[in-house]
Amino acid sequence: MKILVAIKRVVDYNVRVQVKPDGSGVATDGVKMSINPFDEIAIEEALRIKEQGKADEVVVVTIGSNDSQQQLRTAMAMGADRAILVESAGPVQPLQAAQVLLKVIEDEQPGLVITGKQAIDDDNNQTPQMLATLWNRPQATFASKVEFVGDNQLQVTREVDAGLETIQVELPAVVSTDLRLNEPRFVKLPDIMKAKKKPLDVKTMGDVLPDAQGVAIEVIQHESPQPRQKGVMVESVDELIEILKDKGLVS
Amino acid sequence: MSKVLILAEHNGSQINQSTAKVLTAAKQLNADAIDVVLFAGDAALASQVASLNGVNAVKFVQCADNHDQLAASIAPTVAELGKDYTHVWGPSTTFGKDVMPRVAALLGVNQVSDVMEVIDATTFKRPIYAGNAIITVKTDTAQIVATVRTASFAAEKAMDGSAAINESNLENAASHTTYVSLSSGNSDRPDLQTASKVISGGRGVGSEENFKIVYDLADKIGAATGASRAAVDAGYVPNDMQVGQTGKIIAPDLYMCFGISGAIQHLTGIKDAGTIVAINKDADAPIFEVADVGLVGDLFKIIPEMMEKL
Ligand SMILES: Cc1cc2nc3c(=O)[nH]c(=O)nc-3n(C[C@H](O)[C@H](O)[C@H](O)COP(=O)(O)OP(=O)(O)OC[C@H]3O[C@@H](n4cnc5c(N)ncnc54)[C@H](O)[C@@H]3O)c2cc1C
Repeated sequence: MKILVAIKRVVDYNVRVQVKPDGSGVATDGVKMSINPFDEIAIEEALRIKEQGKADEVVVVTIGSNDSQQQLRTAMAMGADRAILVESAGPVQPLQAAQVLLKVIEDEQPGLVITGKQAIDDDNNQTPQMLATLWNRPQATFASKVEFVGDNQLQVTREVDAGLETIQVELPAVVSTDLRLNEPRFVKLPDIMKAKKKPLDVKTMGDVLPDAQGVAIEVIQHESPQPRQKGVMVESVDELIEILKDKGLVS
Repeated sequence: MSKVLILAEHNGSQINQSTAKVLTAAKQLNADAIDVVLFAGDAALASQVASLNGVNAVKFVQCADNHDQLAASIAPTVAELGKDYTHVWGPSTTFGKDVMPRVAALLGVNQVSDVMEVIDATTFKRPIYAGNAIITVKTDTAQIVATVRTASFAAEKAMDGSAAINESNLENAASHTTYVSLSSGNSDRPDLQTASKVISGGRGVGSEENFKIVYDLADKIGAATGASRAAVDAGYVPNDMQVGQTGKIIAPDLYMCFGISGAIQHLTGIKDAGTIVAINKDADAPIFEVADVGLVGDLFKIIPEMMEKL
């Protein structure tokens, strides 16, 4: 079985992003870029499944600028076998991303697609579900545990508001990862060298999806969130309790 | 000329408050009618929804074998019904996040995720970058599919409605997906997502055993309990207690946290809280930048002292 992992290049999660003064976007010049943390977990999960002998190839795909090749190389240094970049000039919204990924699926015929539950730039949390829908296949979102039941079913534990939900899905399926699924491995220097020789196929959006359906949501303005009012520091528990009582928060 | 269809959420016996919050948001669209679609096994839930103030009609779709919890089973019906509406909205809870993008894909539109403010029927604000930026978006597709950030809207409380209930049975239940089980960290404490007071602990609490003092303090003041991701990852507490970007987004009147440093991903979950109280032994912890009241000190001394004095 082949596993397809969809990843995205995003501003590193440690960066505190700033809105540009003119409200046209967030400042990304010179900012550290990384693989979306949820996608890194998706790559790790695919590699572990392969290492268990349940898959024979892990292919990573991304839609993005040419610079996204860096993140694909990192994914291959982690252990992915090959990579596909679908190059796009501007941002791509979830419904169109899902259509591109569906085309890649039609070419690659994976038995399983794993991807992060959301990208930490747009925080949309849509693409995996949309892909599963267009592909007409099951989804197991927010996964914290993935286990095979025989060769063509997965039992997936999902992180839901009420606790942990378990569902069973037939393959092929789309799994979206939550943070506790695994801890991604560190990349070692020799692997970075090896990854440079692995195949990276570059395609364009226009070639892959000449007839994109649906319109993009228009982004009119970016702004900084409202700052909270400056608080006070107290010196003792007594002072703290007094404030809470004054506010009627404790009796 | 808006017509809104809301996807209701429940736990089998109770309608989730997220439904009443989406209703509040939907009312701001100045819609001609707001209908609710409910997938459930139990008809009693439909009357709960019908009594919510402002609901015009309830489309109750009876489901067997827990298909009401499975996105692939219910999304086709939501999308089919949704064709008669201008807005198809659900909550930005794990349930809504699972289902609504499927509905959007079936209707051929991008979804507006986590609506935090309604400007007009086609213009909304939503957070990106874990709430570090807010964008204003506009979309005028035939259907606007969205999830509503529940912490941004107060729940509709009035239960004086008497909406008509139309019953049907689920068609197109997915055969490729089955529900197996749900395990909850079940506690008798108030529900984290709706509680007016929340006491939380982080990595600084140090162990599962040590969390007992956090629970004791919560019980003393009738609060729900929450935690940081680090505390969940370390196994001190169950996952359903996580607050933040990938946990719960909450807006209690009081949020009091012990041994939490204040990472941006955690702060995203509490920025609508009324009063944030932080106790941390590190005076430079970023949590103090957002706290309304801060106290530098050792939580293992402060909690017992609070227990004594409250
Ligand atoms: C994509 C992504 C999503 C994430 N989502 C979330 C999320 O939803 N929620 C979340 O919380 N995190 C999330 N995180 C993790 C986040 O970045 C932080 O790692 C996490 O919040 C830290 O938890 P903490 O504050 O408990 O631990 P730490 O940062 O280790 O802080 C522990 C604090 O305890 C204090 N302390 C220690 N001992 C004591 C004592 N005896 N008395 C008083 N204070 C003490 C220390 O001074 C320190 O400030 C996410 C990260 C990523 C990358």
